Amino acid sequence: MPPAIAATEVGRRFAGRWALRGASFEVGEGHTVLVYGPNGAGKTTLLRVLASALEPTSGSVSLYGQPAISQRARIGLLSHADGHYDDLSGADNLRVASRLGRLAGDVEAALERVGLAQRAQDLVRTYSAGMRKRLAFARLLLKAPDLVLLDEPYAALDTEGQGLVDELLAELRARGATVMVSTHQVARVAPRCDGALVVENGRVSRSTVPGDGP
Amino acid sequence: MRRWEIWVGLLGLGMLVFGSYYGLMVAPREVYMGDVQRIMYVHVPTAWNTLLCFTASFVGAVGWLLTRSWKWDYLIESTIITGLVTGSLLAVQGAIWAKPTWGVWWTWDPRLTSVAVMVLSFLGILALRSFVDDPVKRATWSATATVLAWVNIPFVYLCVRWMASLHQTQSTPKTVDPAMVFPLRLNAFAVLFVVIFFVATGWRIAREQRKRELAE
Amino acid sequence: MKEALQQCAAMIGKELSHLWRARARVAGTAAFALATLLLFSFAGGMNADLLRHNAAGYLWIGLLLASTLSLGESFRVETEHNALEMLLLLPVRPAAIFVGKAVGNLVVLLLVGLLMIPLCVVLFDAAPREGVGKLALTVLLGTASISAPGTMHAALASRARGRDLLLPLLLFPLVVPCVIAAVQASRACFTGDAMGELSSWLAVLVGFCVVHWSLGALLFERVVED
Repeated sequence: MPPAIAATEVGRRFAGRWALRGASFEVGEGHTVLVYGPNGAGKTTLLRVLASALEPTSGSVSLYGQPAISQRARIGLLSHADGHYDDLSGADNLRVASRLGRLAGDVEAALERVGLAQRAQDLVRTYSAGMRKRLAFARLLLKAPDLVLLDEPYAALDTEGQGLVDELLAELRARGATVMVSTHQVARVAPRCDGALVVENGRVSRSTVPGDGP
Repeated sequence: MRRWEIWVGLLGLGMLVFGSYYGLMVAPREVYMGDVQRIMYVHVPTAWNTLLCFTASFVGAVGWLLTRSWKWDYLIESTIITGLVTGSLLAVQGAIWAKPTWGVWWTWDPRLTSVAVMVLSFLGILALRSFVDDPVKRATWSATATVLAWVNIPFVYLCVRWMASLHQTQSTPKTVDPAMVFPLRLNAFAVLFVVIFFVATGWRIAREQRKRELAE
Repeated sequence: MKEALQQCAAMIGKELSHLWRARARVAGTAAFALATLLLFSFAGGMNADLLRHNAAGYLWIGLLLASTLSLGESFRVETEHNALEMLLLLPVRPAAIFVGKAVGNLVVLLLVGLLMIPLCVVLFDAAPREGVGKLALTVLLGTASISAPGTMHAALASRARGRDLLLPLLLFPLVVPCVIAAVQASRACFTGDAMGELSSWLAVLVGFCVVHWSLGALLFERVVED
């Protein structure tokens, strides 16, 4: 069975600067992998390339043995830019995504789960940063992807929200999803992870991902 | 600077001097318009080559979109710049022709107007190129815009011609005396060679810039 | 194919519901267009005949100027929090995104255009002699012609530096033919179609639409994928 993620010499350049270079690794299905490294090291670029949000300048990403771009329906990306429409309510944002992506999940249940049921009818422009993040999690729940890429999931969240992320990570693991988490809260996430990738200076400098060759 | 480029450029320049001399001094005087008509010997070749340049940009755009090979991007960049130069010359020549012929600097002649619109379209694309830092995006976006601009040319021409034919009758000389064909043809190739010189030079400049941008 | 059409329909639905929520901005665009009409009447110098003759031109230039606002706005919404990427990853196919955005832009411009007609009638004494239906059809085809290349270039400009400058720079030369055709057709509607030219101009607009809507659906992917 092909691995959930297979990156081969993946690199991405932005206007003359390589944000990511020569990243090669594999992540087996159902594993949770921690991605960490200093600010500006290329973690976000790595996750976005894996999610097929960015096209690699060099190398290739295959997901489940297929080209990444063909697997978009199975990918969930939580990134800094949350993709919400300010002029729609939280519930409407989810309904739009649900209809366009033919997502199976229930909108009300997802809102309830992330603790936004009370404010679901308010416009997203009135939301705080933490609430926006919760809404992004709700969209992720609707999609229920096989492969989840989380970029700084704890950022902007209050204690309760961070607890929610912990629960979600446990749930994802329990249902066999493959997860990559980029975060600075290493101590918090490490116990739930099968391995880690260290990203420094645009390179994957160390990998302790099980099954990933040296 | 490559040797063949210089030779092609010099050849074009020489032909242009000779062809223009022939057109100005040797070719017969046009009966109705007089000596003014002699600007045709540079005007028409410039027009053909401008269209050729922008068509080459279109070829480069399609080439880039299909293959993503950088040489097509060099072609887009060098032909757009060269086309803008010849296109601007063309508009100025048209105005110089128009003033003594029709008494105004500008006429809404379909060809002249189409050229003006075409030059503006590609000027916008050049601006776009300068506004995008990432080389890949710059190439892809300018290729897309080039396809749209080039496909638009026949629409512009058609619309201006219909508008002109409905609301004013402006005739432009269409037939050319066989005795005038020689300098016209000579200059067509002369301008072509000069254009090739500029495109080749622009190509190399574009290549060096891309190399520097893509340097590791 | 069926799925692609369903996605287009869903995108159009999303655009329309978003437009409804942000209707204040649509109203603002309309107010802008109406204000330009008022300004144009000063350019015409209070000459009633001249104003009547130029009414069609004022209508379309006003609409074109207003379009740069609404087109830019329609992609500000998509790029502000990178909703465009969210759509692509859902995944919505790029052609469907193009159709949805272009139809949304068409609806805004059509509404603004239809609002401008009565003001043209009042300000310039330009009663549609060929009937309101034909004029409305002209406005529909003309705004459809602007919105397809407009959507392409707005998408492009919104992701480059200097977006507000870039959009008109790219769009205006491109829509010259459809402005000519739409002005001539509208003039025929206003002053009477004595030479029977209306149908030819409408045919030009249809041709322009076919070419640019197809190119948009084909090439939009290249513009929005990172």
